[in-house]
Amino acid sequence: MSELLNVPTMADFMAQGKQPEVLFWVGCAGSFDDRAKKITKAFVKLLNKAQVEFAVLGTEESCTGDPAKRAGNEFLFQMQAVTNIEVLNAYEVKKIVTACPHCFNTIKNEYPELGGNYEVMHHTQFLKTLLDEGRLTIEGGQFKGKRITFHDPCYLGRANNVYEAPRDLIKKLEAELIEMKNCKRTGLCCGAGGAQMFKDAEKGNKEVNIERTEQALETQPDIVAAGCPFCNTMMTDGVKAKEKESDVAIMDIAELIANAQDL
Amino acid sequence: MPYIPNLIFIIILVLGVYAFARNVSKLKRNIKLGQDVDVSDNKPQRWKNMAMIALGQSKLMTRPVSGFLHVVVYLGFIIINIEVLEIVIDGILGTHRIFSFAGSLYAFLIGTFEVLAVLVLVTVTIFWLRRNVIKIRRFWSAEMTTWPKKDGNFILYFEMILMTLFLVMNATDLDFQASNSGNVISQYIAPLFSNYSESTLHIIERAAWWLHIIGILVFLNYLYYSKHLHILLAFPNTYYGKLQPKGQLNNLESVTNEVKMMMDPNIDPFAAPAEGTPEVPAKFGASDVQDLNWVQLLNAYTCTECGRCTSECPANQTGKKLSPRKIMMDTRDRLEEVGRNIDANKGTFKPDNKQLLDDYITREELWACTSCNACVEACPVSIDPLSIIIDMRRYLVMEQSAAPTELNNMMTNIENNGAPWPYNQMDRLNWKNE
Repeated sequence: MSELLNVPTMADFMAQGKQPEVLFWVGCAGSFDDRAKKITKAFVKLLNKAQVEFAVLGTEESCTGDPAKRAGNEFLFQMQAVTNIEVLNAYEVKKIVTACPHCFNTIKNEYPELGGNYEVMHHTQFLKTLLDEGRLTIEGGQFKGKRITFHDPCYLGRANNVYEAPRDLIKKLEAELIEMKNCKRTGLCCGAGGAQMFKDAEKGNKEVNIERTEQALETQPDIVAAGCPFCNTMMTDGVKAKEKESDVAIMDIAELIANAQDL
Repeated sequence: MPYIPNLIFIIILVLGVYAFARNVSKLKRNIKLGQDVDVSDNKPQRWKNMAMIALGQSKLMTRPVSGFLHVVVYLGFIIINIEVLEIVIDGILGTHRIFSFAGSLYAFLIGTFEVLAVLVLVTVTIFWLRRNVIKIRRFWSAEMTTWPKKDGNFILYFEMILMTLFLVMNATDLDFQASNSGNVISQYIAPLFSNYSESTLHIIERAAWWLHIIGILVFLNYLYYSKHLHILLAFPNTYYGKLQPKGQLNNLESVTNEVKMMMDPNIDPFAAPAEGTPEVPAKFGASDVQDLNWVQLLNAYTCTECGRCTSECPANQTGKKLSPRKIMMDTRDRLEEVGRNIDANKGTFKPDNKQLLDDYITREELWACTSCNACVEACPVSIDPLSIIIDMRRYLVMEQSAAPTELNNMMTNIENNGAPWPYNQMDRLNWKNE
């Protein structure tokens, strides 16, 4: 299957004297986390299917600095940012798409002041435009009539007001989109943001991801859709803790669409 | 001596307004203890935010019950001020109901005020019941004890008394009742006083009139010590509120200069800084109120302690110690303490071995935040508790190297491997072939 994946790097394009349409910023989770790698591959399959000329930075990509910034380490953040911006500007990158809302937010909002100005899209927004332009078609396939609830990633939703693109894509699957009691502006965090992913939570009655999983399970979904690799991990852990992993699947929107196409 | 009441009135009025002006100047002085920040951009958007959020109460309606009740009290407050204007003019000139020349318009206005007064009484009673009988959870958090708890109720009592005085004043005003126009509510209260003589009624009417205006002046001066200050500060606070996307944390320019210096091999690190180069600040991040910027301090004074932020906070909902409302209340309390210190020491701050960090806000609270912006979204008056949390984390990490161990590991990984996990950067594209 892997030989089907066409994943050129910016260096490849440069060698041919060409510019890709868009740079796919994979992110640390998408590159290294076993679960998130599946999301990365699903998105690449869709890019290949839609014949999008894209490239990745590959080994030239580095952490955006998001967790460092939110932990309070502005030095480390800016070192990362300046290094990444140098690479991106050297390749004259104009447009970036990423499946990680944290990378999305940082590159879109926090890089401009440090000299990095790009058009940045979340993969759900990008897939939506591919669909609108007729470059990609979606059929419901195996998800037709399935109950799907969408967990808003804080860094996509509240942080950047992107609520509709992921929902539009789910509706295209002819699935039944059901909302949790906290959704969109009042969506509850998965518990991973603000660098919490990399440390134990402070003392409390409950973990945040369990609270959120309970809200998701209340809707009696077949699938919990996510748009962030960190949310995906937190919700997967939550569903396991509730021993519901055989009934409820946690899937990224890119995976839903790729699976619907049997890619 | 027919002018004595006028004189007494003017003296009370001047004293009340003077005391208020003194409080306002103290407030301004305290807010200006914060670092400067440029918020002169995008004025049209700022005016629009103020009109929508403060004047239009748009964000209050996200909770329809308390939102609706609040709008009633808010309208009552604004409109009844026209009546206060009449009271002030009458008091100064010694006239009685000077606006009554407006005839039916006056009757209509007074009638409206009477209806509003009753509506305010009803809503304020519901507010009181929500706080004290239904005991809505966000009013019973750990930080809502002592003064904050009393303050909430005092405001309600104040409003109940002021509205009652207004209605009693109208009900016992014989000429006003005789005219039988505009007394839509007070005509039903008047019979309660039917046994009293004309002179007693006049005394009651005058007493209600005086108590009403003195009550308003006392209330005006109470504002400074109360969460009720939001009725004034909500306006500048929504004007100066954050315009950038919520996910965008501010860029520390002092760090940018350092980073540039580190990354540029041509810069001589020992050279004298070029003119106009901003000086490296005394510290990175914030450990006390003076390290925060003045908009953050304005935020603290604006906080109404409504707790919408805290009830939306995922950390708080799951029993962690963090409460965004407490972050704002602590900032205000510490700022007040610093202000009193300055007053006591003839205009300069004498170190008191205390600071916002640890003495007010604990590290546990700061590290529990997921930076999800739920508190920022929930605030009806554009307060940003997250920015204070991040600034204090910056101090902990960049000045004290006091991040939790796991976060230090994460940051070391980013520094060495370009990822928060200990994987080699050269393996970044391995997924392609797996």
